Amino acid sequence: MKLYLKIWRQSDAASEGKLVDYELDNVIPHMSFLEMMDTLNEQLVLKGDRPVEFDHDCREGICGQCGMMINGQAHGPIANLTTCQLHMREFKDGDTIYVEPFRALAFPIKRDLRVDRSAFDRIIMAGGFVSVNTGQAPEANGIPITHEQAESAFDSAACIGCGACVATCKNSSAALFTSAKISHLAKLPQGKMESRKRVLSMVKQMDEENFGHCSNTEACEVECPQQISVLNIARMNWEYSLSSVLKK
Amino acid sequence: MDNKNRASTLMRKTLMAVTGLFLCFFLVIHLLGNLQLLLPAEQAKASFNSYSQLLSGNIFIKIISYVLYASIVIHCLDALIITLKNKKTAGRYAVDNRGKASKWYSRNMGILGTLILIFLVFHFRDFWYQYKFGSLPKDESGHKDLYAIVVAAYHDWWYVLFYVLSMFALGYHLLHGFYSAARSLGLYHPKYVSWVRTFGTGYSYIITIGFAIIPIYIYLTQHVLWN
Ligand code: HEM
Ligand code: SF4
Ligand code: FES
Repeated sequence: MKLYLKIWRQSDAASEGKLVDYELDNVIPHMSFLEMMDTLNEQLVLKGDRPVEFDHDCREGICGQCGMMINGQAHGPIANLTTCQLHMREFKDGDTIYVEPFRALAFPIKRDLRVDRSAFDRIIMAGGFVSVNTGQAPEANGIPITHEQAESAFDSAACIGCGACVATCKNSSAALFTSAKISHLAKLPQGKMESRKRVLSMVKQMDEENFGHCSNTEACEVECPQQISVLNIARMNWEYSLSSVLKK
Repeated sequence: MDNKNRASTLMRKTLMAVTGLFLCFFLVIHLLGNLQLLLPAEQAKASFNSYSQLLSGNIFIKIISYVLYASIVIHCLDALIITLKNKKTAGRYAVDNRGKASKWYSRNMGILGTLILIFLVFHFRDFWYQYKFGSLPKDESGHKDLYAIVVAAYHDWWYVLFYVLSMFALGYHLLHGFYSAARSLGLYHPKYVSWVRTFGTGYSYIITIGFAIIPIYIYLTQHVLWN
């Protein structure tokens, strides 16, 4: 199939970017979106042009590195999918596809489709550490945790930090990401001990990174590749209010 | 960057939610009182006027009314701060189809709120100000005749239409606002979350239809059918 691509090109954070037109022939429907981008880049390199830079790593939907705004939707037209798991069969021959980076005040563009999501890392760092023995595997039932508790914590822990929630949010709020991290630790006994302190410092960091206010539109859950539930956000709000009130 | 603004994003949302929910509570009382306007004209007049008199003299209602004014002011100011901050932090796209993932009214609370605010200016001018500071005629029992003011206000169809459309703006604001407030306050238990959502939807329908029906009813019965 033949595609008409309009891709955001920007040489660095300081410069202005713009959408540039490309035509790409012989796209195979079985290609992933990133393989399609590779094919384009191959042609650009052969012509002596600078290839389009984009983030990616595992290409199997688990690392959270890839992320593009495709036709104005985070990770493209299919809900709950990463860009690397999006396949060209979702598009038609002759389609025009707009590709832009994930945008937010807190996610400066480094080059082309590559964005700086280190704000997420700093939010995680603000949460501090959990004391877990990483030597010998500990006795599995040393700390009693019910199956439901473990599953629920795992549902929150499944966040891969891709940033689609921020990109799709009209306010560029990081509430879904931050709340997933807060809840994942608050739901387990090892993390619960310091959950009061953690929620305050993670939210403080989230604000310092200039993410917006959550309006509960729930767009984040729809676009999140891991279907992280918006109820994590409500839990964060609860933990935050409680911790603010009980703070000494 | 923006840290003159001390309150955290979550505290600001808590404040929005608390003031918003107080306004929601007030709307219920307000509607219950106004439903008297749906009685037959003579009865409505006597009942509504004496009710208004009763409220204006009550110390408990006075306190509620001060909390109400404060809630409106705080809710609006906080809304302004939140909306401006969100405008600044938000990413903008050349092609934007993000709207597919959420409801339009959830993304336009600021615009819906502004419509409500415009409505409130007229609403306060035409009834609240008239009742408190205007020179109202007295009815047979010696009460200020607010009923006559209400009936006179809905004389023009365009005014009735303005009222009804404003109630729809309010309705959509509530449809998102009610459950959003519960979330902002931290309700995360899945069972109660779905109860609150259902309750909020029912609440929004009742408030919208309840308030919208009154001007239509008065216009039709007092101005169209009898003249
Ligand atoms: C009778 C009048 C009103 C009621 C009952 C009401 C109720 C509410 C409620 C319950 C919320 C949800 C709070 C939350 O998301 O945590 C809300 C949000 C909001 N209200 Fe109101 N409101 C009213 C009037 C107004 C007015 C006059 C304005 C604007 C000038 C306004 C602007 C907003 C905005 C912008 C939000 C959304 C905040 C966000 O999405 O982050 N509201 N309102
Ligand atoms: S919550 Fe979902 S969308 Fe947001 S960063 Fe985590 S995986 Fe990505
Ligand atoms: S490249 Fe790892 S999730 Fe897409």
